Amino acid sequence: MINKIKTASEAVAPIQDGAVIMVGGFMATGTPEILIDALVEKGVKQLTVICNDAGVPGRGVGKLLTKGQIKTLIASHVGLNPEVAQRMNTENEEDKLTCILVPQGTLAERIRAAGAGLGGFLTPTGVGTIVAEGKQVIHAEGRDYLLELPLKADFAFIRGSVTDEFGNTVYHEATRNFNPMMATAADHVIVGTCSIVRVGEIDPNQVVTPGIFVDTIVGGEMPWQI
Amino acid sequence: MADIKEIIAARVAKELKDGDVVNLGIGLPTMVANFIPEGIDITFQSENGFLGLGPAPAKGEEDIDLVNAGAQYVTVKPGACFFDSAASFGIIRGGHVDATILGSLEVDEHGNLANWIVPGKMVPGMGGAMDLVVGAKKVIIAMQHTNKGKHKILKECTLPYTAVGVVDLIITEMGVMEITSSGVVLKELHPDYTLEQIKEATGCELTVHSDLKPML
Repeated sequence: MINKIKTASEAVAPIQDGAVIMVGGFMATGTPEILIDALVEKGVKQLTVICNDAGVPGRGVGKLLTKGQIKTLIASHVGLNPEVAQRMNTENEEDKLTCILVPQGTLAERIRAAGAGLGGFLTPTGVGTIVAEGKQVIHAEGRDYLLELPLKADFAFIRGSVTDEFGNTVYHEATRNFNPMMATAADHVIVGTCSIVRVGEIDPNQVVTPGIFVDTIVGGEMPWQI
Repeated sequence: MADIKEIIAARVAKELKDGDVVNLGIGLPTMVANFIPEGIDITFQSENGFLGLGPAPAKGEEDIDLVNAGAQYVTVKPGACFFDSAASFGIIRGGHVDATILGSLEVDEHGNLANWIVPGKMVPGMGGAMDLVVGAKKVIIAMQHTNKGKHKILKECTLPYTAVGVVDLIITEMGVMEITSSGVVLKELHPDYTLEQIKEATGCELTVHSDLKPML
């Protein structure tokens, strides 16, 4: 069996300036902080980050934002991180953040579509709004839909609760959110997990992300942070 | 007199039926959960990935892995289940949510909704709102009738739409209004206000239902 286990700094070593990275989590719940910390340490810039939101200052992708490492953020909601507005409105071109807002369900499904080999999907969400600008409207069975295209990335940062050495991963409670789809939609998938166990120790009935999707496993994610 | 928000939340709660699956927005709508009548069993969905949302935990018993869509610590009830965001929005778009309750910046007489952006001022993003109002069987807007006197219920929205023609019911501290093909119909008027006051506070024509009831 290939040894997928690495340290956080080894895991993020292949990531270069300008990379496109998907990051699991919802307001940082379900974001692998150890991988974010390693990326902050590495200092790569001009990143495109795909995440449900902008995290909060000091948590999740908010840390990358604070360090000015994100050039483009693709998210559904950024209102709970005040740094987003500051960086979008800055005069300094070098630091300017571009924010592309996508409805949450459309964001999840675009990522799922990329991982599932679909060329896109039709959704009623956004019809008649500015989200529809530049998109094809398809009329089917009496209703208008937007054609939404798949969204993939170079890397995915996944936050597991328990992961075996093959990569099979279980998520605890609300940490699951975007992680399972993102694990299918990037060229290189890194799981930051709370607990690494031997193959066979996870009940196969409980596995959410099959190990075949996982390239690298990093242990030491904290399960409790209160 | 009770707090305006509590008046609104308590009235919204009466719209929910035993067995309903309901998604509550952030802010005032979250308060609706405190007013569910005895004997009515509601399954609350949290769009970040679970059904069976329960009340806030006691201090010191927060679980970092368990937050609602507003990033507040919550609990789950027995029978709850967790799923990913794609499944969560499949539940929403697929018509499996009976009612969604949201606040709004503007609503117009065609049932158009604008509650996610004020260009140049506030760009928080739509989050799950666009999916929720398109997918839920019933869309209830729970909000204060005006924004410090400025009309929020209008002939035409001035802000970018969240969705077109989706609103079913508007509940404010002044009354209960239904969006129909012929505009906004006032069904209940709160006893603290007169018909003249609510009409003045509304930016479009308000048709008074022939069987107007007090909002209680």
